[in-house]
Amino acid sequence: MALSSPASIARDVTPETVRAQLTGRKSDAAGMLLKAFLWFSLALTLTILVVLIGSQVAGSSSVFSERFGDFMSGTLRSIASDAGIHQGLRGTFWIGVIVVVVAFPLGVAAAVYLEEYAPHSRLTRFIDVNVRNLAGVPSVVFGILGLTIFVKALEGFTGGRSVLAGGLTLAVLVLPVVIITSAEAIRAVPDSLREGGYGAGATRWEVVRTQVLPYAAPGILTGTVLSLARAMGEAAPLILVGAVSDRLGSDPEIFDVSSLRERFTAMPNVIATWAGRPQEGFPALTSAAIVVLLVVVLAANSIAILLRNRYEKRRK
Amino acid sequence: MGQLTVADLAGDRRRVGRERRAQWIFGAAGWSAVLVSVLIIGSLLTEAWTFMSEVDWSTVWSDGWFPRRGLYDVKTLVVGSVVVTAVGMVVAVPLGLGAAVYLSEYASPKVRRVVKPVLEILAGIPSVVVGFFALTFIGPDLIQKVFSDAPQQTLLSAGLGVGVMIIPIIASVSEDAMAAVPNSLREASYGMGAKKITTVVRVVLPAAVSGLVAALIIAISRGIGETMVVFIAAGKSGGALFEWSPLEPGLTMTAGMASVAAGTDNVAGQGLAFQSLFFVGLLLFAITLVLNVVADRFVRRVRQSLEY
Repeated sequence: MALSSPASIARDVTPETVRAQLTGRKSDAAGMLLKAFLWFSLALTLTILVVLIGSQVAGSSSVFSERFGDFMSGTLRSIASDAGIHQGLRGTFWIGVIVVVVAFPLGVAAAVYLEEYAPHSRLTRFIDVNVRNLAGVPSVVFGILGLTIFVKALEGFTGGRSVLAGGLTLAVLVLPVVIITSAEAIRAVPDSLREGGYGAGATRWEVVRTQVLPYAAPGILTGTVLSLARAMGEAAPLILVGAVSDRLGSDPEIFDVSSLRERFTAMPNVIATWAGRPQEGFPALTSAAIVVLLVVVLAANSIAILLRNRYEKRRK
Repeated sequence: MGQLTVADLAGDRRRVGRERRAQWIFGAAGWSAVLVSVLIIGSLLTEAWTFMSEVDWSTVWSDGWFPRRGLYDVKTLVVGSVVVTAVGMVVAVPLGLGAAVYLSEYASPKVRRVVKPVLEILAGIPSVVVGFFALTFIGPDLIQKVFSDAPQQTLLSAGLGVGVMIIPIIASVSEDAMAAVPNSLREASYGMGAKKITTVVRVVLPAAVSGLVAALIIAISRGIGETMVVFIAAGKSGGALFEWSPLEPGLTMTAGMASVAAGTDNVAGQGLAFQSLFFVGLLLFAITLVLNVVADRFVRRVRQSLEY
C-alpha cells in the first residue's frame, strides 16, 4: 500500500468512510468469500465421511438382519450366501495381540532410550532421523521385509506364511509410530520430576520407572492404541506375506493358540477379496465386513482420542 | 564404624547391576529401529539385484507391465502412480488446507473441539474401506455420471479415493503448522488495523509456509505409497498397458506389487515376476525416502524459525 500524504487523506476520508471501515462488515467481500470457501471445504470433508460410513451401513443391513450369526461364524466361500468372516476375525485378533506384545514394549523401550539414556550425539540423531523416515515408508515395502525375513529366513519359527509372520510384520510396521508418540509423551514429562528423583538418590532406571513412565503413560497408551488400530486395518503387507484370499481350509477357534503357525487371512484381506467379486450378494457381504472392521478400528481410535483429550485437559 | 571409603559410596551392587541391565536393554531397543531399516534395504536389494543383473533391459522400457509374460515396463507403473497421486492432490489440497485454515483461524473453540476428533476418525479409516467406496460409489455414482463412457474402474476413481485418504494428513500437518505461528504476529497485524483476511493470507500463511510445504510433500509421499485403494478401485490386476489417461483402468507401483504378490503361490517358473516385485519395491522406497527427507527438512525449519 502506498503511503498517503496528509493532503490525499483529507481528500478521501470523511467521517462516513471512517465509520464504515471501523464497523462495516459487508464491505469485506473477499473476506466473506474466503471464509465461505474454507467453511465449504470443511463441510465437504465431513460430508465425505458421513456418506462413506452411511453407504456401508446401508449396504450391509440385509446381511445383518437376515444372517448375522452365520455371517460372524462362517468361513471364506465362493458362494455369498454361505460365506462369513470368522477366519478373518481370528487373523485380525491375533495380529492385534502380536502387535501389542511385540511393538509396545520394544517401541516404549526405544523411546525411553532416545529421550532418557542416549547422549546428545550424532549417533542419537541418526537413530532419530532413521525412526522418522521409517514411519514414512509405504506399508507394501514392509510387506517385502515380512516376506524375506519372517516368511523365508525365520520359517522355522513362524512356519512360513502364517499369522505369526503377518503379525510380526505389522508389529515392525507400527514400531516407528509407537516410538515417535511415546517419545513425545516422555518429552512432555516436566524435568522437575526427574530432578526430584535424582535428588533423592535414584538411579536412572528408578527415575524412569517411578517418575517418567507413570506420568507419560496416558500419552504412550494413546499412541499404542492408535497404532494398533492402524495395524488392524492394513491389508497390503499381508498380501505380500501371503494372507489367503480365495479359500482357507482350516477354521480353528478364535483363541486357539496352536494354529498360529498355519496359513491365515485377516479382515482387511477378506474385504479386499470380496470387493473384487461382482457376483450377486458379495457387495452386501463386503459392506457387512467393512462395518465390522470399522466398529473395531473406530472404537479403538475413539478410545485413544478421548483418553488423550481427557488427560490434556487435566494437565492444563 | 570404620573410615568412609570410596566403596561405600559406590551404591548397592544390586541397584547398580539393575541400572546396567536397564541401560543395555533400552539401548538395544533403540537400535532395533536401525536394524529394521537395514533389514528393509537388505531384503529389497538382494532380489532386486537378481532382477537387475538377469533381466533383459529392453523389457523394462516397453509397452506395458505384464510381469508374468516377461514385460516389466516400469514407466507404466510410475506414470500410474503419478496420475493417481496428482488426482488425489487436486482433491485433497484445497479441501485439507481449507479445513485446516478454517479450524485454526476461524472456528470457535467449541467447533474445533468437536470437528478435530472427527477428522482424526477420517484418518483412521482403513484403506480397503476407501477402496471399496471408490469402487462402488465414486466410480459408478460420480465419474460415470459425468463421463458416461468411462468404465467403472479407472485411475481417476482410485485417485479420488487416494484424495479422501490424504485429506486428513494435509489438514492435521498444516493445522499444526498454523497453530505454531505465535499469536503475537496475529495481534500485531490486527493492531495495524488489518482485516481478518489480510491477517490470514498475508501474515499467518506466510509464517507457516514451511509446515504447509511439508504437509504437501508428506501427502504426495502417502499418495504414492497408498496400495489398497488402487488395488481395489483401479481395475487392473495381472498387468496394464502404458496409459496416461485417468479415465482408463491402470496400475501403480504399489498395486503392481500387490498383484504380483497376490499370485506368488504359482509364480514359480514365470521368469523374473517374483524378483520384479523387489525391483519395484526398491524404486518405491527410494522415491518416498527422498520425499520424506525433504519434508523433514521443512518441518525442522518451522521449529527453528518460530522460536522467537
